[in-house]
Amino acid sequence: MSEELIQRVIKVIAATKRIPIESITIDSDFLALGIDSMDAVEILFELENEFDVNIPDEDAREVRGIRQMCQGVERLLAAKSAAPGKAAE
Amino acid sequence: MRRVAITGLGSICAIGRDVPEFARALAEGRSGIGPIQSTDVSQIRFPNGAEVKGYSHAPYFEDRRADFLDRFAQFAVIAAREAFADAAIAWTPELCESAAIVTGSCVGGQSTEDIGFRDVYKLGQNRVHPLTIPKTMANAGASHISMEFGITGPSFTISTACSSAAHAIGQAFWMVRSGATDLAITGGSEAPFSFGILKAWEAMRVVSPDTCRPFSKDRRGMILGEGAAMLVLEPLEAARARGARIHAEIVGLGMSADAGHITQPSADGAARAMRAALRDAALAPEAIGYINAHGTGTPANDPTETTAIRAVFGAHAGRLPVSSTKSMHGHALGASAALECLATVLALRDGILPPTANYREPDPQCDLDVIPNEARAARVQYALSNSFAFGGLNAVLALRAA
Repeated sequence: MSEELIQRVIKVIAATKRIPIESITIDSDFLALGIDSMDAVEILFELENEFDVNIPDEDAREVRGIRQMCQGVERLLAAKSAAPGKAAE
Repeated sequence: MRRVAITGLGSICAIGRDVPEFARALAEGRSGIGPIQSTDVSQIRFPNGAEVKGYSHAPYFEDRRADFLDRFAQFAVIAAREAFADAAIAWTPELCESAAIVTGSCVGGQSTEDIGFRDVYKLGQNRVHPLTIPKTMANAGASHISMEFGITGPSFTISTACSSAAHAIGQAFWMVRSGATDLAITGGSEAPFSFGILKAWEAMRVVSPDTCRPFSKDRRGMILGEGAAMLVLEPLEAARARGARIHAEIVGLGMSADAGHITQPSADGAARAMRAALRDAALAPEAIGYINAHGTGTPANDPTETTAIRAVFGAHAGRLPVSSTKSMHGHALGASAALECLATVLALRDGILPPTANYREPDPQCDLDVIPNEARAARVQYALSNSFAFGGLNAVLALRAA
């Protein structure tokens, strides 16, 4: 996983939840950050905009922490570059 | 205080164009959930809903009249007509002047508003249709009922998301009980199948990609529904005196606010509303023989509601049948509590407890007797109908067999 991707994810979460970016690391979990289900839905929305991907509900439901979230985004980006022009649909 | 009888029933929804058809579907455990047809859902993540299939205003309204009514207001009037006909009300000028109308709706005519927004934002038009405002307002259902029947008494609409109709029916019940009015028509109506509204629900990530499976371990969320249900309420004595058919009585209303989270449900808030309904009806928990659950089929609601029912009913919860009819008529938002109150009335009247349809797998977190998939014959004297809304505003109705 690239450091750039991790930082972009963290930046989105910090901006959405309105918490200091320093308070989030790759190993943070949502519970510790006080991210509840509605926050999580909002973060997914912002990530979809940031990375121009669609995050399926079923994948999103399993995500509990930042690392998992970064891995999920990375997977979706890989799928998108493998099928150019399709991922954003 | 006066006892309050339900003397008229009306409804239109995915599982029935009228009350007899609705009752048959509930007894058969037949779900009205299927592919959404009234809106193009090719760009929506969920394909299914509980629509009034093939609905057209034509059998119900002349074209020019229909121009003035959003689909949600049409449903309100259709259900009110059936309820008044069922109650066989003999209208007098005095009765018209004192009768009350209390309706519930969550999104009102937002489908009409959605069209107007599309016209200006997407199509770049410089004007929207002049009926956009009167068709969108959430009180349009109540207004059109008043105009059609010439009812000039106290009339208003309550909007508390998924509890709207329960709060509305509860207010009408209290008004009849207290003597504030001698006749009320009350219920809720909703028609949320519009692209913009569906997109907003998609973003919430609470709608199931297949169907609604309340209390089942493999549940994946709610399914949106549409329709209306209306009830005619009268003082019991007066209803008996005129020889009206009494379907059931309303005996209690309990309300509470979670004061917690804007979308996460609270077992404590739900339990307080159920206790308040029992208190208002002067009933012990053991008197209740059936609960029509809020039962949305979301991961969060069903275990929370189970916890709340166990907290209120203790050991009795183990013997208490609880079902979610949302598995059949879908979650019709502001009309939901009216459809569910109607389902509860029919259960008490006909001695048939409606099932939780689409149920597949027991969930230890939802370990109640949920009447899986098949209706059950049982004579019950008292029942509750639960509604726990987004925003944490809860309303529970207590009903009694006639």
